[in-house]
Amino acid sequence: MGRVMRILVMVGLALGLALGVATAGTKEVIVVTSFPKELFENYKKAFEARHPGVSMVINAKQTNAGVTYLQETKARPAADIFWVSAPDAFQALKTDGLLEKYSPPKETLARIPAKIGAFPISDPDGTYFGFAVSGYGLMWNKPYVQAHKLPEPKEWTDLTDPRYYGHLVISAPSRSGTTHLTIEVILQAYGWEKGWALLLNSGGNMGSITERSFGVPEAVNTGQYGIGVVIDFFGLSAIASGFPVDFVYPSLTSVVPASVGIVKGGPNPENARAFVNFLLGEEGQMLLFSKEIARLPVIPDLYTKAPAGYPNPFKMKMGGVDFNNKLSSGRRNVVNSMFDHLITFRHAELRAAWGAFYRAEEAIAKAAGKDVTQARALVAEARKLVSSVPVDARKAGDKEVNAAFTDKTKADAKSKLETEWDTFAKASYAKAKEVAEKAVAAIR
Amino acid sequence: MDRQSFVMTVPAGGTRRLEWGQAMLMVGLLLLLTLFILYPLLRVLFVAVSDGQGLTLRHLLNFFDRPLFREALVNSLGAGGLAVAFGSLLGVPLAYFSVRYQFRGKLLLQTLGVLPLVIPPFVGAVALQLILGRSGMVNLLLLRWFGASVPFMEGLTGVILVQTLHYFPFIMLNTAVSLANVDPSLEEMAQNLGSHGWRLFRRVTLPLMLPGYVAGCLLTFIRVIDDLGTPLMLNYTKLLAPQAYLRITTIGIDDVDGYVVCVILVVLSLVSLWAARKYLGLSEYATVQRGTTGAEIGRPIRGMKLAVVLLISAGMLGVSLLPHLGILVLSLSRIWSFSLLPTVYTLGNYEEILFRTPHFVKNTLLYALLAAGVDIVLGAVIAWLLLRGRVFGRNLLDAIATMPLAIPGVVLAVGYLRVFHGWDVPGLGGPLTGSWVILVIAYSMRRLPYTVRACYAALQQIHVSLEEAAQNLGANQVRTFWKVTFPLMLGGLVAGGLISFMTSAVELSSTIMLVPKIELGPIAYGIYVYMQSAIGRGPGAALGVVAILLVGLCTYLTNRIFAGRSGSAFRV
Repeated sequence: MGRVMRILVMVGLALGLALGVATAGTKEVIVVTSFPKELFENYKKAFEARHPGVSMVINAKQTNAGVTYLQETKARPAADIFWVSAPDAFQALKTDGLLEKYSPPKETLARIPAKIGAFPISDPDGTYFGFAVSGYGLMWNKPYVQAHKLPEPKEWTDLTDPRYYGHLVISAPSRSGTTHLTIEVILQAYGWEKGWALLLNSGGNMGSITERSFGVPEAVNTGQYGIGVVIDFFGLSAIASGFPVDFVYPSLTSVVPASVGIVKGGPNPENARAFVNFLLGEEGQMLLFSKEIARLPVIPDLYTKAPAGYPNPFKMKMGGVDFNNKLSSGRRNVVNSMFDHLITFRHAELRAAWGAFYRAEEAIAKAAGKDVTQARALVAEARKLVSSVPVDARKAGDKEVNAAFTDKTKADAKSKLETEWDTFAKASYAKAKEVAEKAVAAIR
Repeated sequence: MDRQSFVMTVPAGGTRRLEWGQAMLMVGLLLLLTLFILYPLLRVLFVAVSDGQGLTLRHLLNFFDRPLFREALVNSLGAGGLAVAFGSLLGVPLAYFSVRYQFRGKLLLQTLGVLPLVIPPFVGAVALQLILGRSGMVNLLLLRWFGASVPFMEGLTGVILVQTLHYFPFIMLNTAVSLANVDPSLEEMAQNLGSHGWRLFRRVTLPLMLPGYVAGCLLTFIRVIDDLGTPLMLNYTKLLAPQAYLRITTIGIDDVDGYVVCVILVVLSLVSLWAARKYLGLSEYATVQRGTTGAEIGRPIRGMKLAVVLLISAGMLGVSLLPHLGILVLSLSRIWSFSLLPTVYTLGNYEEILFRTPHFVKNTLLYALLAAGVDIVLGAVIAWLLLRGRVFGRNLLDAIATMPLAIPGVVLAVGYLRVFHGWDVPGLGGPLTGSWVILVIAYSMRRLPYTVRACYAALQQIHVSLEEAAQNLGANQVRTFWKVTFPLMLGGLVAGGLISFMTSAVELSSTIMLVPKIELGPIAYGIYVYMQSAIGRGPGAALGVVAILLVGLCTYLTNRIFAGRSGSAFRV
């Protein structure tokens, strides 16, 4: 028993020793971020060189964990800076009053335009600031696409191509603020009904819907799926790292900022402001060009110093989408929950329905010389069933409906809506599959 | 001789003193577990039974009105049941081989047998995809040879397959401990009376090792219905655990239904715990005899029998260690994309993690060892109180100690932030949540159910008359525990501590919320940090390999150190 005793004593000693060691206070700036290591390490090095004596403490967290962390520690904030991509994370924190208002030096602001496309680069109320912009696009695995004899994608509408059935991957918009914006771009560019039809069709084509934004480039990098909907730097940095992948901006793209905000009541407010100034200044902006970061600065003049072939979002044609940010944020929770209950959670059913639909279409195409009138009618009916949503644009933007998702006392209303959507999806996909199978049988 | 008559023989004063001591211990444990488990959970889960003004059961009842949740419930229960069934097919034979037979390579079997429990986050998923996924090694070969592929990793079947391979060591470890506590002479007696083969196993061996087997099944079942990693890795959302997690962690919405699903998960876990105890409570499993040293090391086998045993073990372990093999290859590669094997190899990944970020490895060892130590002490004391104690509150204690199994790590972590962030702890120079100590607490609380169950099963097999004999000879309660009970349940303690250590070593969900800065992160956190970019896949995998090696080494050492100890499953 002696040995066990000794181990227990040692464990006790180690614990006591550790408790005795208090953390010494230094000049710090504590940064909560979801960015990859390559990005924050480069900034840490440069910032600490520029501000000797201040050490940049990194607290890496997934975006949603970061938001929760700040919410739960708001009584005595343990961070100075919140630094992530997703605009909805900043909006949530701003709503809760957890971000400090700040106005960076005039000469810094003078070089940054107010908007990119129709999207404001920084919060007009000064609680968070865009420091880099990113566009959305399609990334694909070259050997995969060749092996499966698939064409390379170009446009959002390509996602509905039957040839891509089961080869696509996207992250759920409720999990990824960046995907949510892509979804909104599609809904605003094509209109509510047509947009959802496109989303349901591409949802049926998806092989997988991931829970993390990075799950998409991961699936394409490993070649599990052929084509993914991603934010540009996922594609660009994978290409830079030597993966056999490629990336394209569709013509109807949108470009949105990744931001930084100061945490209200953080322990080192002065250093926090210095960090924001550094990030928005020329030195911080130039770092974005390095190949393992591959993001787009918000200062348009800097693109003259960019590496050759670097995309310039300020020169990109935004495809005429006049992105309405107010509309987008006003119905965000409804759109996300609809996507979840109509597509993510009923993905197997949706896929099966589209599979049956494609088989019916193929059977009709091959049925030379046979009577396909009835089959055609049935196929049209099936398409209608898997392309419609139970909510119209007016209801989706309704204040009352949206409040159900944020107000805890209206949890019942939210539950009721979600159940309604879920029931609708389950029933229409099953019906669509049945009708499509009937269509095949109806070919004589 | 029943328990009551013995109690009568103990002097009246002694009994009273003893019960006072037990009562104090019970109050102390209840306070501790309330502070670190129950209270933080209630702070978070309260919204599930509140409507803003008062208490309500409406949200919980709504759960059963939603087709999505009903389907998720059925799927979760089905996955749990099937994983237990398939896991038994893997775990029981391996446990039997490792306890009852003596052969070369047995130590290797015992060491490798637990590794499937250690699948590091993120990299484990990538490795599994690269081997069993749609364009994984196996499917690329099948495509090349037969022109068709098998969807191993898709939908609910994929989830159940991965969970079975992942969690069967719970059954194996706990069964082995129980089996080692069964005196082989009982089997020999049965053999002498003409019982052989399957009949011998079913009529004699199986019933005697039931406590450990049932404990293993229970852990597997609860673990599977609460498993979040596998469904998220395969992007399968129609199960309870991902429904809870996805709803709780959506930005900007406080979705009450997420917490409702958590409450349902807790209730399911407690019900299965209760059912397992009721079932085991129907008969008695304790034996008075302890094995003699000659029979303890297992029967030597050779020839055909040895070949069969080795072949079966290698086959089973080979499949369940596929992800580990994949992680190893991934850690040596730079580019591995839609090809059988990597196209660009490198050793740079190890250079990165061993020289540039060694703190991840160091922190893991510190946190996981401390957590395992805490768990062993708490687990032994709790199991003893549950089975031998004669005070109030045992059911409550058992229930609270089991809850962490059913709680998503993120819920406990949010509870900790909510409860502890405001308090400065003297000596820490800040709140618990600003220090790494909170991680040790989170790990030890989250893994406590494993040690409690393992110790409970081990103690169940020790006949109380052994302790009573010691007391009749004049030993007091503490001395009896230390000299008799503790050594006899050592196998269970070690098994429980080991499970606690290795699952803590790869714990992610609470880690990511609670780590106050990157330098204090353990390996799982390091993997998360690296896996945020394509370039970090290699170093992430290298960290995964280190985690697996650490656990393998600890298992091996445990097997060596505790070899030959009576009542231990870990014998060479």
